[in-house]
Amino acid sequence: MTQWSGYFGLILQGALVTIELTLMGSVLALIMAFLAGLGRLSRFFALRALATAYIEFFRGTSIFVQLFFAYFVLPLLGLELTPLQAGVLALGLNVGAYAAEVVRGAVQSIGREQHEACIALNLGRWQGMRHVILPQAFLVMLPTFGNNAIELLKATSVVSLISLADLTFQAQVVRAQTGNTMVPFTTILLIYFILALLISWGVRSLERRMARGLDGVRV
Amino acid sequence: MDWDWDFVRQILPTLIQGVKITILATLLGSVLAAIVGLGIALARRSPNKAVARTVGWVAEFIRGTPLLVQLYFIFYVLPDIGILLPPLVAGVIGLGLHYGTYTAEVYRAGIDNVPRGQWEAAKACNLSARQTWTHIIIPQAIPPMIPALANYFIAMFKETPLLSAITVLELMNQAKSVANTYYRYLEPITLVGAFFLAISLISVVLLRWLERRYGKIER
Repeated sequence: MTQWSGYFGLILQGALVTIELTLMGSVLALIMAFLAGLGRLSRFFALRALATAYIEFFRGTSIFVQLFFAYFVLPLLGLELTPLQAGVLALGLNVGAYAAEVVRGAVQSIGREQHEACIALNLGRWQGMRHVILPQAFLVMLPTFGNNAIELLKATSVVSLISLADLTFQAQVVRAQTGNTMVPFTTILLIYFILALLISWGVRSLERRMARGLDGVRV
Repeated sequence: MDWDWDFVRQILPTLIQGVKITILATLLGSVLAAIVGLGIALARRSPNKAVARTVGWVAEFIRGTPLLVQLYFIFYVLPDIGILLPPLVAGVIGLGLHYGTYTAEVYRAGIDNVPRGQWEAAKACNLSARQTWTHIIIPQAIPPMIPALANYFIAMFKETPLLSAITVLELMNQAKSVANTYYRYLEPITLVGAFFLAISLISVVLLRWLERRYGKIER
């Protein structure tokens, strides 16, 4: 009988790497989403064009190719990245491009009267955005952000292919050492699923918390 | 490292071999996803609660776990229980199952979007359940779904590089093998990225057209 406890520890280490990647990727994705999403709504053509180019590029090519580009091609152009950095960069930029469209959609979904109220109150563009539009829009974005975070979690499995020791990578190691495929892969599928459930649960409770006091205001 | 057009010309035939497999996998995967999605959507509407629940949970599980791990599962674990699949078949099954759980939601939304009045009118006209589905519900439900379905097929197309991890010789794998042979990563990986970007940009135009033609539905 194989010593499963040791191998299970290995998989848990992988789970930590996966969680770390998901968190760091999400932070980068969130920053990029707001930058690019608001950039697309900018008054300045150059900003709009830049944001659109970013979004179309990262949504148009697959995460896998972007990751390989970051890990294998960027060093040739003089930018040396560790696997973790390359992974966070590719994941964050990729998911950020999807989330940017969510930001744009949510901001545009806020009614005209809110914008007019901002003008009536003599708020500047930034002030109106910061204090009136974004707090309302953020609530609209949250559920989709949750989905995006789950997509990001799932995409982290790809980093195993650039030799980062995440869940999938450790499962391959266990497979190679024990010759058993069923146990490691079933285990990691379950872990991924539990992590995904945790994310959707967390986002839902965050949403409930933020929606407090807004009943009747939301349509 | 400089861009070398001669090298590009030299490796292009190999990459085109890969493109063919990529497109083949996408087409077969799309067909399978369309069928699996319809099956899941109908099963979830089943009057038998146990069936509806079970299918719902399985779909949720497949959607919450990474495609890469599912591919490994199909390719490495199934042989243990006597199902030995060629890489391409395993890849197509993985893509079809994974995206089938997404298209199921599109079908569900499409069917739910048919107004109640249509069901009632069908009943008032004394149509049988079968006639109601084939003559009233499906013809109205399908056209608004087309853009959303196409969206998922494009997403699937971008996921096909993952098949390289289970040794399918598609575009990414050909690029990697070329890169490993000549130890030049810049050209092959960039070409793969450019290829995916080109196809995606074309498909965005196609999608816009589909939306104008069929969809009142929001993407």
